[in-house]
Amino acid sequence: MCVCVRACVRACVRVCVCASDIISTVEFNSTGELLATGDKGGRVVVFQREQESKNQPHRRGEYNVYSTFQSHEPEFDYLKSLEIEEKINKIRWLPQQNAAYFLLSTNDKTVKLWKISERDKRPEGYNLKDEEGRIRDPTTITALRVPVLRPMDLMVEATPRRIFSNAHTYHINSISVNSDYETYMSTDDLRINLWNLEITNRSFNIVDIKPANMEELTEVITAAEFHPNQCNTFVYSSSKGSIKLCDMRESALCDNHSKLFEEPEDPSNRSFFSEIISSISDVKFSHSGRYLMTRDYLAVKVWDVNMENKPLETYQVHDYLRSKLCSLYENDCIFDKFECVWNGTDSVLMTGSYNNFFRMFDRNTKRDVTLEASRENSKPRAILKPRKVCVGGKRRKDEISVDSLDFSKKILHTAWHPSENIIAVAATNNLYIFQDKVN
Amino acid sequence: MDVTAEAKQIMIQALGKMYSSRTQRGGLRLHRSLLLTLVMKSARDIYHFARLQSESKGQCDKPSVTENTSQTEEPMDTSSTVSEVSSVETQFTEDVHERDPHLHSPAEPIVDKENCNPTRPDRHSRKRRSKTATEPDFLPCKKAKLNSGEVRGILQTSQNNPANCGRKLDSLSLVHMPRAIVTF
Repeated sequence: MCVCVRACVRACVRVCVCASDIISTVEFNSTGELLATGDKGGRVVVFQREQESKNQPHRRGEYNVYSTFQSHEPEFDYLKSLEIEEKINKIRWLPQQNAAYFLLSTNDKTVKLWKISERDKRPEGYNLKDEEGRIRDPTTITALRVPVLRPMDLMVEATPRRIFSNAHTYHINSISVNSDYETYMSTDDLRINLWNLEITNRSFNIVDIKPANMEELTEVITAAEFHPNQCNTFVYSSSKGSIKLCDMRESALCDNHSKLFEEPEDPSNRSFFSEIISSISDVKFSHSGRYLMTRDYLAVKVWDVNMENKPLETYQVHDYLRSKLCSLYENDCIFDKFECVWNGTDSVLMTGSYNNFFRMFDRNTKRDVTLEASRENSKPRAILKPRKVCVGGKRRKDEISVDSLDFSKKILHTAWHPSENIIAVAATNNLYIFQDKVN
Repeated sequence: MDVTAEAKQIMIQALGKMYSSRTQRGGLRLHRSLLLTLVMKSARDIYHFARLQSESKGQCDKPSVTENTSQTEEPMDTSSTVSEVSSVETQFTEDVHERDPHLHSPAEPIVDKENCNPTRPDRHSRKRRSKTATEPDFLPCKKAKLNSGEVRGILQTSQNNPANCGRKLDSLSLVHMPRAIVTF
């Protein structure tokens, strides 16, 4: 696959990485016109794609900053003496229904609905206040006039419309908007709650895996998502490596799953770290709703919703790390949670790895490619060169050995445009946007 | 590195990670704590199994280790939690044995008071189990944790003795395993 780079690199030109600038989530909206990123500092930055222009054809489809706002602030839970991080864990866009854009953003405890709207007109000619906004002396008003709207410089404003709080004891890891466009769910380690987008003071618990005795805890929920078309169906993944599909029509509380997707562990691969690497970090329905994709530490798996006992396809992301698990446990990398995404036609999968590498797997041709997101290799409009990791033996000129990989440079969050071959890759505090080669 | 040394190292690192995660922003992460606990249990089971194997081969005879463990751990502050979590220990041990045929229980029974079934009627539990079940979520956890001085001591020992041969001081046997997974 050839990928032409249109690098849209976000902020941070400092040599050292500021922790609050680290991107923690990336999401295209349903049309791909907007791209939202959230970071550890609680900020949301929204990029908008430029319209095509005959005068500047080379700038076709570039993403520029559209809006920046502080979504979440650090809070303190006085009852538990715990600080609540402002880091944005997930952003999900709502489908567009009018001129404004809506998105849900969440940190560990609170989900917020934000409205992003444009203002390009301003009323002028008030009777009771002057142009600077100061109240006029009523005795000086001798006539009435009708205020008129005059054009002004475009201003994009973000306002919080709903705040959904106090519903999660544990840390929220997922949010997912339902296809009914009325409800959404928020997921923490042990529970899933269903919300109505209009109602903030009440939510319904639909999954609860908390044991009566917490010392009997054996698994936690790691991710959850609604079916793209069936508003009654959702899935959630667990730290044990299983995925459960639930149907809300069966019962109010979906503790009993409708389907359980689980693959028996290969005993030859058993190690100290088997439990850690089998924990699923992300689960995504395909756009068609026919397939599920899951990501554990070493592999991406595609499941057919109609077949529970084993995945349809398994793709090794970086199997060369299997012999390095001890070191990865030591430096905490083994706990990294990688996300995975489908392309618009469900034919290609993408997920991140280390050394700023990200991988794509073509389901039809069974070919895969490793690419790197870095400033040195990403000159604008340059074509990305496939990378290769040398797993042993003689290293070729362009290959990189496993021991040379930089494990501090990890790509955990990626996004794929819903209909075009445009991808967004978050590499620590930088955002890279790549698209297909343009002739 | 042989299995026992690796298991020991993994357990000590897990302790260190659990200890440091208590001070991180946002509080303890349940998922991470659970995984660390599973790794520790896995390592400890493998460690004990490997040691029993070596004992049965007559290479190293240390029958007092287990007794020392139980005796040493009795006075710890978190002893009130031992009865609570020992059912978990049993369950985890059984789970590990079921999952991995290589970890079958040895022929001779292990005297390990930590893994005694707390539901035996003659066992005097210092903790009322029902209280735990009905404890509200929002109360801060009152379960005593591993003493910070003890953890530092263990970590320092591991740092000073990277080989951790444990001929004289088997620090792993004296490791007070944090039983409680969750502190919510």
